[in-house]
This record gives sequence, C-alpha cells and structure tokens, in this order.
Amino acid sequence: MIETDWIWGLVGGLMIGSAAAMFLLFNGRIMGASGILGGLVDRSGLGNWAERLAFIAGLVVVPALMLPLYSVPVSTNITESLAIVVAGGLLVGIGTRIASGCTSGHGVCGISRFSLRGIVATVFYLLAGGLGVVLFRHLLGVI
Amino acid sequence: MLRILLSLASGGLFGAGLLVSGMTDTTKVQGWLDVFGAWDPTLAFVLGGAIIPMAIAWMVAARRAQPALGGSFPPAPAPELDRRLILGSVLFGVGWGLVGLCPGPAMASITWGGTGGLVFMAAMIAGMLLAPVLRDRLAAPALAVR
Repeated sequence: MIETDWIWGLVGGLMIGSAAAMFLLFNGRIMGASGILGGLVDRSGLGNWAERLAFIAGLVVVPALMLPLYSVPVSTNITESLAIVVAGGLLVGIGTRIASGCTSGHGVCGISRFSLRGIVATVFYLLAGGLGVVLFRHLLGVI
Repeated sequence: MLRILLSLASGGLFGAGLLVSGMTDTTKVQGWLDVFGAWDPTLAFVLGGAIIPMAIAWMVAARRAQPALGGSFPPAPAPELDRRLILGSVLFGVGWGLVGLCPGPAMASITWGGTGGLVFMAAMIAGMLLAPVLRDRLAAPALAVR
C-alpha cells in the first residue's frame, strides 16, 4: 500500500533535486544548506555572499508564503525541552561544518555523483541518528 | 544579477520541496530514524526523489565546459575519508535525531517554527562558529582511499 505521505515525499524530493540541479547547472555550485549558511557564519564564504544570501532568502520566504495553501495548520512539531533543542542545534552546527556537509550537500548532491565521501557521510549520520533516537527516546526517554 | 536571481529561485524551490515532502515536520524525520518504533519510510522517498534530477544534472555537467552563467563546475570530490568527515557526520546525526531538524528545514521553517525553531537556529549558528576550532585539531587524515 502506498501512502499519500510517500507520494508527497517523492514530489517534494523531486523539487529538492531540481533545485540542486539548477544551482549546479546555472551557478556551478553545490546546493548544501550547511555550507551555504556556514560560509556566511564563519566568514569563509564571503566572496559570494550575495548568492548565499539570495539562496537563503528564497529558502526562508517561499515555504512561509506557501503555508496558507494548507487547510490544516503546519507545524514543525518540535516537542523536546529547550535544553535538548540547544544540544541538537549545537551538534548539527558543529557536525555539519566539521564534515563539510549535511543532508543536502552529502546526501542529495554527493550520492547522486557517486561520491564516496557523500555516501560514507550519509551512512554515518543515518546510523548515528538512528542510534541517537534509540538511545534518547527508547532508553532514556528524553525525546 | 542573473546569478543572484537563480540562487533565489533555487533556494525557493528547495524550501518548497522541503515543505511539500514533509521534511520540516520533525515527527516525520524522527519517525524515519526510529527503526525500533513506528517507522516512517517517507524520507527514503524524499532522498530517492531528490537524487534522480541531481544525478541527471551531474551527467549533463560532465558534458559541458562550464555552468550556464559562467565560472566553473565544482571539482571532483577528494577520495579521502578523513576523521573529520566521519566524526562530523556522527555528531550531526545525533543532533539530527535529537530534534529532527537538519540545516535546510531549520532555515525553511524559521519564520513559523516557533521558539523551538529559533533556539535551534541560534544553537546551530553557535555550533558553526565553534566548528573551525575543532576542525583544525582533527586535521590528520585517518584513512586514504586509492
């Protein structure tokens, strides 16, 4: 049985991949969310700050404009305590910059070019995420 | 100017895709990672769907001398698997599992994700500022392939 959520996942995925394809074929850049933001944050990517800022502007504004299209309220459903949210944010920020990529850069852009680094990074963050959920949800019960 | 517009459009399409696919919903992401709970396979459809157009784009790029708006295509990725890649990915994965947000969806939901979303973003930016210090200490390659 195919669920509606899976179809929307596939449609959204095709949109994400098309966005990455545009960014590569027109601008010659890899669409990695952590790299685009991180280069502005640590000033290592100020050479093309305007492109980065424009990408982030589109990324922030378009989903916000789409919200009224939904008949039910859309939520991120973050239910964790603020301490957990801070820990999660810190780990995501540190980890993606040390690994030079996240789900979009290593996952979408790396795997699609059969990059060993992209594939290995994806295997490790999926495993760590899965083990993290087992540990923090099922064993410790904090998320 | 065209590069700026294309960046804006690409970011917009990325954000729309994240929202449509359900990746801004942390319960779906944590549901995917929770293989021992009520496992939600949606993320596999998202990643699979995203890889298809991008794989075609890499094939097109391989036949072109340069991107449509000039400049050059990204160089081939280094064949090295260093400890930064592995340790960084492990840290990222744990953080991703804790809250269910990665950098793209965190930005896509920043205006409507409530206090949790804003706190996550602030902590993520703080982590990005701390990363260069740790990165330099992990510089030695652990494993070279080829």
